[in-house]
Amino acid sequence: MSEILARLEGVSRIYQKGKERVEVLHELDLQIPKGDFIAIMGPSGSGKTTLLNLLGGLDKPTAGTVTVGGAELSSMSNNQLSHWRSTNIGFIFQFYNLLPVLTALRNVELPLLLTDFSSKERVKRASIALDIVGLADRAKHYPRELSGGQEQRVAIARAIVSDPSLLLCDEPTGDLDRETADEILRLLQVLNREHGKTIVMVTHDAQAADFANRSLHCDKGTLEAKEAA
Amino acid sequence: MKYFRLIWKNAWRKKIRTSLTILSVFVAFLLFALLSAIGFAFRGGVDVADAERLIVIDKISLINPIPISYLNRIAATEGVEFVTHASWFGGYYQEPRNQFGQFPVNPQTYFNMYPEFNMPAEQFEAFKSNRSGAVVGQELADTYGWKIGDRIPIQATIWTKADGGRTWEFDLEGIFSTDDPRGSTALMLFQYDYFEEARAFAKGTVGWYILRVAKGADPVRVANAIDLQFANSPNETKTSTEAAFAQSFTKQFGNIALIVTLILGAVFFTLLLVSGNTMSQSVRERIPELAVLKTLGFGDRGMLGIVLAESILIMLMGGLLGLGVGWVLVQGIAKGMAAFLPGVYLSPAAIAGGVAMMIGAGILAGIFPALTAMRLSIIDALARA
Repeated sequence: MSEILARLEGVSRIYQKGKERVEVLHELDLQIPKGDFIAIMGPSGSGKTTLLNLLGGLDKPTAGTVTVGGAELSSMSNNQLSHWRSTNIGFIFQFYNLLPVLTALRNVELPLLLTDFSSKERVKRASIALDIVGLADRAKHYPRELSGGQEQRVAIARAIVSDPSLLLCDEPTGDLDRETADEILRLLQVLNREHGKTIVMVTHDAQAADFANRSLHCDKGTLEAKEAA
Repeated sequence: MKYFRLIWKNAWRKKIRTSLTILSVFVAFLLFALLSAIGFAFRGGVDVADAERLIVIDKISLINPIPISYLNRIAATEGVEFVTHASWFGGYYQEPRNQFGQFPVNPQTYFNMYPEFNMPAEQFEAFKSNRSGAVVGQELADTYGWKIGDRIPIQATIWTKADGGRTWEFDLEGIFSTDDPRGSTALMLFQYDYFEEARAFAKGTVGWYILRVAKGADPVRVANAIDLQFANSPNETKTSTEAAFAQSFTKQFGNIALIVTLILGAVFFTLLLVSGNTMSQSVRERIPELAVLKTLGFGDRGMLGIVLAESILIMLMGGLLGLGVGWVLVQGIAKGMAAFLPGVYLSPAAIAGGVAMMIGAGILAGIFPALTAMRLSIIDALARA
């Protein structure tokens, strides 16, 4: 059996909306082996993004524990979580979320600013990351000068530049046409298979989910394995 | 330094808005530089005052003359090392607008009293040996293009000559300078003996005495002892330190320091509102981007620092430009006004104070937006993206 990278045990997440308590996740258990590529599907409001936020240390569970790479996240302070995220997690968002004032290279370099690498080393690593996603020739372009697919590739380069073990993707192809979406998904497959990245991807798109090793269905705060069609 | 590019790029996100903010900061610090330099001129005497020098004036008013006979009595007072004197002449050169300080003095004791004035020995000897000789400061010589050997006519506004004439002519024997950049040399000194002999009235008097307190003597006790000697005489005296004398002289023009402070206070209050608003707007516009940075691992303190640094950077860009242009203008103003208002000078202390104000204003303008960035909830902010 392969090594477990992330483990959720009895995780519940309850939000207080005014006087109402909304339980988004209910006593959820999940194990993510190292090197896995999981797609999480489900209707809006089913708790998919909340699950991703918990895995990425952006949110804390109301009950239960979240352990990633041996670190128990619920017991860590905000500052500890920030530092932990910078080295262990790569985030990929639906709308890319690149900084418009920085070039592609400088966007990719951002996570490395939190390291002790020299400027030269940071640029070198950012260039390699851009090369991996096939955008070495767009290093000096600003996000406004790139297509949606290219922007998402830059965002992926930013996510992998600090060599994290876990990539969390929130609807990474939700803003792209089919052809471009497939290119991005193939790139994620390469990162999973050739670079050993563990990937958890939230998506509404069944075709996108097909690129993952397995799919889970999230509904009403619980997870269940999705049968292959 | 590794965050500088990010801070710089963020600062210039909206070029017009940032340029206008920098312009307002520039104007504020230009004003600060000019007012500081002019304020310095008004209290210049206070800053260059020597704590060991005391000034003796008539108790009623500075314009009342004091008998020259007091000289020996003051010199004999315990704790006095030596004494000299000066008087206000109040003339002008060629036209009434060319006014500057002219003082009849005893050359030897006066220059002993002010060792900060430097003049070649041969020029000083020539000055001492010529009764109608005069020396001027470098600033004054530069202003009017005087050189040694020139004959300089000064029109008297107070001191008519015994023959009824108002024109006093002096031979320029020397030009002195000072190593202290704060000290003014926009003045003319000439022989008291010539003045005393030629003037039509008030003979046997001087304007004020200047004395140096002996080492180890208490200046306050010396001052009290001098004033006590002349108590109940027709010319009672008031003895004070050079700094206090300079301050009381400056107050004749009003409380310059207060006026400068009030003007700058109003300017900087407005500046804080303008730049604070700019920073708030700028941070509000990029809440999602700040959330992304936090997601990538930038900590709370890092976010606080990045926003504050941006605010300080904008202040420094406008402020240093303002101080720089101000410094250049002050050089011109100092030359142009050397005769009327000597000592216009942008001091290193004022520059350091200005830079400290830029940083302080940057922190004040940026602190609330920075706290907003620091306390940002990543999840809420990303949901707004």
